[in-house]
Amino acid sequence: MSVTSIALAEPEMTLTRPDRGRVAMFGLIAAEAAIFTIFVVAYLFYVGKSLTGPTPKDVLSVPIFYTICLLSSSLTIHFAARALGQGNIRAFGILWFATIALGAAFLYGTATEWHRLIYHDGLTISTNLFGTTYYSLVGLHGFHVIVGLVALSLVMAFTLLGNVRAEHAERVDVLSLYWHFVDAVWVVVFTVVYVLGR
Amino acid sequence: MSTDALALPGGETLSRPFVDSLHEWVATVDHKRLGILYILYALLFLVIGGVEAGVMRIQLIRAHNDFVSPQVFNRMFTMHGTTMIFFVVMPLVFGFANYLIPLMIGARDMAFPRLNAFSFWLTAFGGLLLYFSLLGANGLYGAGNAPDVGWFAYAPLTSQTFSPGHSTDFWILGLLVSGFGSIGTAINIMATVLCMRCPGMTLSKMPLLAWLNLVMAGLVILAVSPLTAAQLMLLVDRYLGGHFFDTQAGGSAVIWMHFFWIFGHPEVYVLVIPAFAMVSEIIPVFSRKAIFGYPVMVAATICIGFIGMSVWAHHMFTVGMSSNANTFFVLSTMAIAVPTGIKIFNWLATMWGGKIEFKTPMLFCIAFLFQFLIAGLTGIMLSAAPFDWQLSASYFVVAHFHYVIVGAIMFAIFGGFYYWFPKVSGKMYNETLGRLHFWLFLIGFHLTFDFMHVPGLLGMPRRIYTYEPGRGWDIWNLIVTVGVVFQALGILVFGINLVWSYFKGRVAGSDPWDAWTLEWSTNSPPPAYNFAAIPIVKSRRPLWDLKHPSDPDWKFE
Repeated sequence: MSVTSIALAEPEMTLTRPDRGRVAMFGLIAAEAAIFTIFVVAYLFYVGKSLTGPTPKDVLSVPIFYTICLLSSSLTIHFAARALGQGNIRAFGILWFATIALGAAFLYGTATEWHRLIYHDGLTISTNLFGTTYYSLVGLHGFHVIVGLVALSLVMAFTLLGNVRAEHAERVDVLSLYWHFVDAVWVVVFTVVYVLGR
Repeated sequence: MSTDALALPGGETLSRPFVDSLHEWVATVDHKRLGILYILYALLFLVIGGVEAGVMRIQLIRAHNDFVSPQVFNRMFTMHGTTMIFFVVMPLVFGFANYLIPLMIGARDMAFPRLNAFSFWLTAFGGLLLYFSLLGANGLYGAGNAPDVGWFAYAPLTSQTFSPGHSTDFWILGLLVSGFGSIGTAINIMATVLCMRCPGMTLSKMPLLAWLNLVMAGLVILAVSPLTAAQLMLLVDRYLGGHFFDTQAGGSAVIWMHFFWIFGHPEVYVLVIPAFAMVSEIIPVFSRKAIFGYPVMVAATICIGFIGMSVWAHHMFTVGMSSNANTFFVLSTMAIAVPTGIKIFNWLATMWGGKIEFKTPMLFCIAFLFQFLIAGLTGIMLSAAPFDWQLSASYFVVAHFHYVIVGAIMFAIFGGFYYWFPKVSGKMYNETLGRLHFWLFLIGFHLTFDFMHVPGLLGMPRRIYTYEPGRGWDIWNLIVTVGVVFQALGILVFGINLVWSYFKGRVAGSDPWDAWTLEWSTNSPPPAYNFAAIPIVKSRRPLWDLKHPSDPDWKFE
């Protein structure tokens, strides 16, 4: 039995369809945004409802330096992806590495902050509602930074092995969307935790 | 199952060693095979969930029955609800979407075949994890029990204090894992519909099934994720001593209800929109008319998707929300009847003046129309907060949502089974057995769920394991249980029909229904590559154009 092929119309008919990687990444970002929304709502709902201390005002200090690190990594990854598109592999590698370094610096900032909160201020996830919501929300974001760093490091390894070329710019661009999202979420988390919630 | 039975969609019936073909099925990334896996997996769980329903109905057949203990009854309704929603209807919906969408939009596979396989196995192992609680819920003693917190698992029942052991954890993890699978599939469906269409198939020329599944995928992305977030919070509470839902430490039990129903109500539309999709494909073909009001159907579906995201708290009228919140959710819930009504009128208008063929798929669709209408009407009744205060958590509510899920969704899916069975298997189903299934299931459905409204109106609450005689509930419960027998017989006939027709049915040919969408242009079953040449379309009914070159659709669209 042969397969019927349908070619009714003139073959010049074309269709502009979006790139599937981009669509899928936007889908993932929408799903992640919904997850973060629920955590943010929970955080805001529980602000000031802890029955015992410590309170955010007592223990939180605004992590300005590490926030600048993370947000500027959005710039470096943007220029890295652009450099790759122009075929400048060397610039791409340097900027890509800078992105990873800035992300890692941010994680280090979170680590020192948590260490201080746990060992100095005695705030853990089970201390009070503030602890529960704070560690969950900031931890969920930190987890996404870690996932992003793993993905970025893979690309870095491929770059060092000489396997990343200009034709991969589109894929690298899709990955950079995820990193931009992680940064954008930090803007929300920062506002909620360190500005509104304090 | 024999070796031949496994070598299905490729069309090759070479007999190979069982291990080889098993390996092919386990390692497959083909959308058709994954679709079939989803559907077979769902049918297995349909039997399990059906047995759980049967146990509950035997227990309630008369007052003071002691067929099972109260504890077992609690486990039965929890597992029945969870199984039917997450491991029967959702896999069925995803299975049909997987199988049909690439074929209907003229693509060779989904956008991400490996993600597709990964999502299926996540869903499959999520189901196994849920049922593993029977072995592992008490730790490593090899004995356990099923979750017993109800399918919406209200706090604080789920805290360590009230749910010791691990049965609730298996419930959380099973849903978490299958939720990741659902999100993966939804992203895949979205990317497939938007990026894999064949030349000429603009968005306004897509089959309605693809359109409606696109909306479904969007809803899954926005609705399942909140459940994932809530499950993560529950895990934090149970394992790390968090206080999200711990009222002793200032936490709120009500916020769990909000988080659950922000998922829970859109989930209804996640399940029913693909059912609409099947009906929208079947009714035109068996009425011999193009679908009435295609753009309005699409608009109404998107409208349902949007409004569906903003009605969740109508599940919570009895909690004591503010009157402003109550008013908002009453009005938004009533508003959703408008686009839904538009759809019903469109299906009726499609049938109006058509040459209707009462084949089994069409019978199921006609029953769908009536039953979905009644389900919607009781839904409007319950959307009025004062009425809901009286009847919330009664058997009236149980009857209402089973009218939606069985009377509408399952009937549409059964219609889909019979409609696409010739395409998937290459064989025609047995029409007599199909009709027998239809009538048995129709009688059983109405015996069970029509009469279930009555004890609800008489005040019988849901989830009670027994009741006092002399409240006027006895006779209704007896009738409801008798209906289950007919439904079970219907399912048995359905299973026999599928198996018998697969082996002994007559060869169906590539286009047994004289239909108009692209899946009927390729072989039955379709080859692994779907289409030898990627089709080019000019209208919504490319096969009509092919069959009627002198009177093509594209001149009039």
